[in-house]
Amino acid sequence: MATVQVSEAEKVYILHGIRDDLRVDGRGCEDYRHMEIETDVVSNTDGSAKVTLGHTAVLVGIKADIGKPRPGVPNEGYLEFFVDCSANATPEFEGRGGEELGTELSNTLYKVFNNKHSVDLKSLCISAGEHCWVLYVDVLLLQCDGNLYDAISVAIKAALFNTKIPKVHISADEEGGKEIELSDDPYDCMRLDVENVPCIVTLCKVGHRHVVDVTLQEKACSVASLIISVTHTGTVTCTRKVGGGSLDPESIFEMTEAGKRVGKALHAPLMKLLQQEESLGKTRQKVGFLG
Amino acid sequence: MAGLELLSDQGYRLDGRKATELRKVQARMGVFAQADGSAYLEQGNTKALAVVYGPHEVRGARSRSRHDRAMINCQYSMATFSTAERKRRPHGDRKSTEMSLHLKQTFEAAVMTQLYPRSQIDIFVKILQSDGGNYSVCVNAATLAMIDAGIPMRDYVCACTVGFVDETPLADLCYAEEGGGVSSLALALLPRGGQIALLQMDARLHQDHLEALMEAAMTACKGVSKVLDEVVRLHLQEVSVLSAE
Repeated sequence: MATVQVSEAEKVYILHGIRDDLRVDGRGCEDYRHMEIETDVVSNTDGSAKVTLGHTAVLVGIKADIGKPRPGVPNEGYLEFFVDCSANATPEFEGRGGEELGTELSNTLYKVFNNKHSVDLKSLCISAGEHCWVLYVDVLLLQCDGNLYDAISVAIKAALFNTKIPKVHISADEEGGKEIELSDDPYDCMRLDVENVPCIVTLCKVGHRHVVDVTLQEKACSVASLIISVTHTGTVTCTRKVGGGSLDPESIFEMTEAGKRVGKALHAPLMKLLQQEESLGKTRQKVGFLG
Repeated sequence: MAGLELLSDQGYRLDGRKATELRKVQARMGVFAQADGSAYLEQGNTKALAVVYGPHEVRGARSRSRHDRAMINCQYSMATFSTAERKRRPHGDRKSTEMSLHLKQTFEAAVMTQLYPRSQIDIFVKILQSDGGNYSVCVNAATLAMIDAGIPMRDYVCACTVGFVDETPLADLCYAEEGGGVSSLALALLPRGGQIALLQMDARLHQDHLEALMEAAMTACKGVSKVLDEVVRLHLQEVSVLSAE
């Protein structure tokens, strides 16, 4: 990840602040930075979303393609993730520099999102064993200022909400094989149910307290972090500890409880915002990067 | 090609433009706070994001640093969702490497590199949506990003892709026109002096038409430079108003 150098004095300052629930930018330990979400920014994808969380900027594009279902699960579709850590974020990601981080991020995303509890994969099936929808979720990292997992998960949820999959009609052709026809009408499409899609909350252990939504500077002072993916009901679907330091079991328990609380509180305003944006319909002014 | 008329009898193209008309250009500078300079530019449906880092110390091989000038390092990449067919690798393929070299060549002609010996300037361009004229949009976006970074240049660098159909030069080709068997020429120009930074064509064209095509390209580039100039002045106004208060 793009790193910053933090001096000892700065570390002590940050640690003492967090101990008193006051971070460098004035937030409390469980507060998020200013988040901006916009969907449908890239017009030749089936669904897209752009999320800016403080200085972290992430763009997600989803393309739906017809493919063959996986061998073990013939009546489900699946998701494919690809995270591109672009050189825009930091010159260290030039060429193949961003591949390591990209692979790590996409592997975690597979675990969190590509299962039948998060996304209704059965709705992606066209004909069992032969055709299904494959959603290629491409994440583009534009700016890196800490807390990538949270921003990416919110962007994926928003993009899945925005995804419009064309309806298909299966007809039998002359040789007895199946012919798939996509409906011509661009408004005749299927939407995904994103109720159960989880959001990832990253908690970092700084000193004796845990902090949500760290900036790069605070990350440099933390020993280890815990990534928790939480659904809207407060159910934890995936947990992972990252970082070089070690955590004791009590901290993990505390952090999980805090993560559940924060994650649960994230979903309701997000869905409300997405539905509000959707209800504006054609009158919405698309801003994208021009605003 | 039956059914796909690139230039109709009344003089209208596929998207309703006239032969010398450019697509709508919308741009914004200073999109990202963390980079030294950044810009976002849309030309029709082609969208590009350019980011500039530098001048800074040469990263990696010290031997690559030049004792009398700065080194310019470019990377061109496309988002995997930018094209109609999903692209598997964002960069690293031959076309992206070639584009990166073209960008490097273009900016070496424009940037006053002799002011920063032994340093490196990075230009990273990302295509978010591709609808023809990728190279030109990248150059235009990168010019704005360079200006945002405050790196001294001799002039704006404006680029345009032109094609030749039915004895008429078409300015600013879109994807359908580029693929429709049109001889296309890409030109990067420094408008005030009329100097050409890059000229590229890989199609067959009769030499009698070459001059007309180049003239059309230069006029189109001058049009683009007017738009870019306006964008820069507007951005400066906004920034100076904010800092004055």
